Amino acid sequence: MADVTMRVWRGDALGGTFAEYTLPANEGEVVLDVIHRIQAGPAPDLACRWNCKAGKCGSCSAEVNGLPRLMCMTRMDQLPEGPVTVAPMRTFPIIRDLVTDVSFNYEVASRMPAFQPAPAGPEGYRMAQIDVERGQEFRKCIECFLCQDVCHVIRDHEDNKRHYAGPRFFIRLAELEMHPLDTNDRRELARERMGLGLCNITKCCTEVCPEHIKITDNAIIPMKERVVDAVYDPVAWLGRKILRRRKLTAEEAATGER
Amino acid sequence: MTDYESHTYDVIVIGAGGAGLRAAIEAKGRGLRTALVCKSLLGKAHTVMAEGGVAAALGNVYAEDNWQVHFRDTMRGGKMLNNWRMAQLHAQEAPDRVRELEAWGALFDRTRDGRILQRDFGGHRYARLAHVGDRTGLELIRTLQQKAVSMGIDVFMECKVLRLLVDGEGRVSGAVGYRRATGDMVLFTAKAFVLATGSIGKSWLYTSNSWESTGDGHAMALWAGADVIDMEFVQFHPTGMVWPLSVRGLLVTEGVRGDGGVLRNSQDRRFMFDYIPEMFKAETADSEAEADRWYADHTAGRRPPELLPRDEVARAINAEVKAGRGTRHGGVYLDIASRLPAEAIRRRLPSMYHQFMELAGVDITSEPMEVGPTCHYMMGGVRVDADTAAATVPGLFAAGEVAGGMHGANRLGGNSLSDLLVFGRRAGVGASDYAEGRTGDPAADPAEVEAVIREALEPFDRSGGESPYDLHHSLQETMQSLVGIIRTGSELKESLEKLAELRERLSKVAVSGGQAYNPGWNLATDLPSMLTVSTAVAQAALLRTESRGAHTREDYPGTDPQLGKVNLVQRQTGERGVRGEISVVQEPLPEMPAELQTLFEEGH
Repeated sequence: MADVTMRVWRGDALGGTFAEYTLPANEGEVVLDVIHRIQAGPAPDLACRWNCKAGKCGSCSAEVNGLPRLMCMTRMDQLPEGPVTVAPMRTFPIIRDLVTDVSFNYEVASRMPAFQPAPAGPEGYRMAQIDVERGQEFRKCIECFLCQDVCHVIRDHEDNKRHYAGPRFFIRLAELEMHPLDTNDRRELARERMGLGLCNITKCCTEVCPEHIKITDNAIIPMKERVVDAVYDPVAWLGRKILRRRKLTAEEAATGER
Repeated sequence: MTDYESHTYDVIVIGAGGAGLRAAIEAKGRGLRTALVCKSLLGKAHTVMAEGGVAAALGNVYAEDNWQVHFRDTMRGGKMLNNWRMAQLHAQEAPDRVRELEAWGALFDRTRDGRILQRDFGGHRYARLAHVGDRTGLELIRTLQQKAVSMGIDVFMECKVLRLLVDGEGRVSGAVGYRRATGDMVLFTAKAFVLATGSIGKSWLYTSNSWESTGDGHAMALWAGADVIDMEFVQFHPTGMVWPLSVRGLLVTEGVRGDGGVLRNSQDRRFMFDYIPEMFKAETADSEAEADRWYADHTAGRRPPELLPRDEVARAINAEVKAGRGTRHGGVYLDIASRLPAEAIRRRLPSMYHQFMELAGVDITSEPMEVGPTCHYMMGGVRVDADTAAATVPGLFAAGEVAGGMHGANRLGGNSLSDLLVFGRRAGVGASDYAEGRTGDPAADPAEVEAVIREALEPFDRSGGESPYDLHHSLQETMQSLVGIIRTGSELKESLEKLAELRERLSKVAVSGGQAYNPGWNLATDLPSMLTVSTAVAQAALLRTESRGAHTREDYPGTDPQLGKVNLVQRQTGERGVRGEISVVQEPLPEMPAELQTLFEEGH
């Protein structure tokens, strides 16, 4: 087989550049295999994150030829001929080479109120398959954060990270909201502190999801509809006016200051 | 002298897969200062790859199921070498642990009347595995992760622990590691440490394990003076992918067979009927017609031989390939396409469908998969007290794959996720009790900390030495070819000589670049664990001169009744690190009480 040429971004927070590596091609390989061969050969310190190499852990996210992909699920023989460009996810700060600092996502996760079920009956919980399937779709999420990477609300506007949770957490909210046992109402939270309204449903997240979760159609749009019902219903609005309850702005909520 | 940051806690859990998370949740729930330390990002641990399900005798599908049947299945699957008390606690407590996950937000597949659905798996008498399609591990780890995060447990992500430190009174009191992102060194002190570091599979060439499975916990326990048991029992899962080469070893869930998939050789023969061992004859179907009736109704026929325990199926596949009846790429065929409608396959086995379609270009709804054995699971590990998960060194606890005893000579599918939950919780309780009872603040000797740091950084000081990748590859080739699924005395002796050479080569490993996120250096710091653990495995395998469960000796094909009554116990003597000598002794199995022994008599 012919050789393959990889253009891999090398550098750190201070800057970097693409380095080129040419290796013999092997049958059936994925991008991550070639990265591993670069590590075992010319660049032993080439940083990349990976774990399962089976599309199940969501660690090896990168931008392959400009598209957010899992390196372990991207077959070399399905990429166009010519050099393959591998760059780190752009939305997150660089640690080194292909590794980015994704702690933003863990911070948002820590602000997500926990699941709160009703007490179980004497025979435990009963749920219908059709009701759990709605949430199961969202729980397929492997937290590769490719949806976060591609979402232009934070990809192009660093400031928005303060008050925008991103698609990964909109499906988490939707999952909890649609969970047959959960008792919390998270609609206000979604609007005020998670910035659901900033999403203008371009569906970029859905397109890159390696688990094929219909993020926009099945989570974000239904959540937007629920928020609209809760917040912009005129009767509810009047009730809040009479009780003089002022809502926090998104920024106040994010910083905890009033 | 190198600077390092210091952190102190009541309980520190090393490893954040299912067992580690469950242990930390327990300790934090007790109000103790608790931290989790893990080599990867939170939620990426190997638990995420578990596919089939959690074994628990909930009795939702077959009301006849109960803990006694589960206990009996587990012991027989482990060829009676299991620690009976662990197997008992496991079978008794697994249902509560599964229900608890549901209360924390897990969404298991349901029965028609809305209860948790259970699926068939090898070695389990009844449909027993609670599951979510074929991604049960993801559901389990995400549920535990979200619970842990909601409790505010401190997590040190991408932090590798190098060594445990034992204080003057012989208690484990500290751990030294480094943050992978920066390469900065870290000292942890705590009143109790829980090891939940998972497996050792990365020392073999073809494995279903991720890079993290380097046996750090097994090795650190040995280096700290703790006992390990059953190290000769390494499970080769019968069905890993064999092609393309780059994904060789990747797991194909046993759920494929549980849902009706059958194994065929290149002559189209359903060969498992030729490999039914005496122990399982009475309950295994002897014709295809009978086996096929069983799937719809377990009372209409006996179990298909494809659902024998993993060791039996792996050996059978190995024998078929060796006899020249394998596929083009050296496996056998696993066929679900002719057994279930395409729609059902996609619904019940979505990630298998996805995995074969994307990585091999094989549509499993219309063609068979090619599969073969892959290094999958470590039965052996840290010797623990069944009730408290305490290791033989005070202050140290272990749970999950790093602990030994629960699964004996062979683990049943589905018993790993339940093991994580049951003994993860018990380790959390044990460590919390110990921490609360311990007096004085834990302290570490600065000189010892310095020594560990110096050793870890040595590869930077060598120039023109050996690449850690090359050494790792040599280790994998050695273990694959000499300590694989079928073993012989001469090859095991050869492996020990080779391992001694590899330990020598370790002292010449050199790395380039800086300390910040440097995979070459990270691998260099994983190699000592891999070498220690591989040596322990080869030593024990040489001394168990019989074939039992996952341990198959070509030169000793039968079981030895005397060896069936003992564990091989290993302990490190002399020097602390990879250079220390490991001793092996036989110790009798704990004796099973009479009321449990009756479960194995006729009529049960």
